[in-house]
Amino acid sequence: MKQKNILKLLAGMAGLGIALGAATVHASPEQDQQDLIKYFTTKYPNVKLEDYVYGALAFDPDSKAQYDAIMEFPPFDSQIEEGRKMWETPFKNGKTYADCMPNGGKQIAGNYPMFDEAKGKVVTLENVVNDCRVANGEAPFKLSDPKTIGVLSAYMRTLSDGMIMNIKVQSPKAMAAYEDGKKTFYSRKGQRNFACASCHMQNAGNRLRSELVSPVVGQAVHWPGFFIGGDTLVTLQNQYSFCFTMVLRAVPPAEDSTTMNNLEYFHSAMSNGLPMKASVFRR
Amino acid sequence: MRKLHQIATACAISAIMLSGTVLAQAAAPKEETGKDIAFNLSKGNCLACHGMPTVPDAESTGTYGPPLIAMSARYPDKAKLRAQIWDATVANPSTSMIPFGKHGVLTEAEIDKVTDFVYGL
Ligand code: HEC
Ligand code: HEC
Repeated sequence: MKQKNILKLLAGMAGLGIALGAATVHASPEQDQQDLIKYFTTKYPNVKLEDYVYGALAFDPDSKAQYDAIMEFPPFDSQIEEGRKMWETPFKNGKTYADCMPNGGKQIAGNYPMFDEAKGKVVTLENVVNDCRVANGEAPFKLSDPKTIGVLSAYMRTLSDGMIMNIKVQSPKAMAAYEDGKKTFYSRKGQRNFACASCHMQNAGNRLRSELVSPVVGQAVHWPGFFIGGDTLVTLQNQYSFCFTMVLRAVPPAEDSTTMNNLEYFHSAMSNGLPMKASVFRR
Repeated sequence: MRKLHQIATACAISAIMLSGTVLAQAAAPKEETGKDIAFNLSKGNCLACHGMPTVPDAESTGTYGPPLIAMSARYPDKAKLRAQIWDATVANPSTSMIPFGKHGVLTEAEIDKVTDFVYGL
């Protein structure tokens, strides 16, 4: 990846953010992201911004080296292969997924989630897959099913490797969805009184017990992840549910609900300018 | 939900923050000491965030909060120490420490015991 380009892009957004910030009541996504980046890079001047795509590994060279070794022969390759077969298998009507997606499904993942003005809501890449199925007379997938849409989207996202995350928030309605996701990220919930930000903003780079905690910037670019020895597929929204349940001890919103999709919208915008990578290994 | 649970049981985070209820109940002595409560994953779990440099078996501790050491010198007033554990948001509204008393994570009696234990560090 051309790292200089990423930095330039991010620096460019900073300027834009300041200009917009002065004109709008709510901070723009650009400004929000710049504030976070400033917070992290001030605290950890030695961790390069482009390494934030590695999450907690960026703060731990030893674990990163292990990760690199494992990623040379990814343990989840066979699942990506299953996804490729699904992607290439035509629907009953003879059409394919590529036929009904923008740009044949290539280099698009970084545009999602996207605010669909016609629908008046945030749509995820997985929603696009299901819309495509329905439009071609097939039943939609259950969105949290790792065996179907999980592996399919894992393959699909490899078609966007290296694409720069580019979430746009361009209308008042889109802004409202973004603000809603941001609120979910920053509000405290549950018995332990945590917000997502308690860990992934305030304590990024710290250890919770022995676990290093990743910064929110860079978290959204590398899904699904393959956990537990590298063969358990976890989507981004699975991970949200997990943190809601296990660490916040709060009841998670349903996956694909407006709340979750808006959270994914905000959360992905905080990785704008960073390169996509499908998929990664997680312990 | 079942899937989530499967992920949870095997995932690294569960070891840190997941309640250890089953294990704890099986192994817990009748009367828990302040140290037991502080170490218990489903109760104080203080080690998730704090080192305790003077306690040899406080291993793999987290770094969210400062190491708990020389507490009686730093908190001559034990009530202040208890208040910090009961609700850390009073001293710091944006704290990431759990309000153990205010949110009922620990009972009043458990907080008393933990306070005594921490005071001795
Ligand atoms: C008490 C701490 C804590 C809170 C609160 C928390 N998380 Fe996490 N989260 C973790 C830990 C620990 C991990 C695993 C280590 C890592 O990658 O950060 C993790 C992992 C993640 C990851 C995966 C990172 C990766 O690259 O694999 C995402 C995404 C995430 N959390 C999102 C959230 C969201 C959204 C919320 C709020 C609903 C939240 N977290 C709340 C502790 C927390
Ligand atoms: C999820 C993180 C977390 C957990 C769990 C936690 N703390 Fe804390 N604690 C913090 C942070 C962060 C601070 C720093 C001050 C602040 O922000 O409130 C702190 C501060 C303190 C202080 C004040 C320290 C000083 O130097 O003044 C005491 C005392 C304390 N914690 C005791 C405890 C005890 C006892 C427990 C367990 C019952 C516990 N903490 C559990 C995060 C945590």
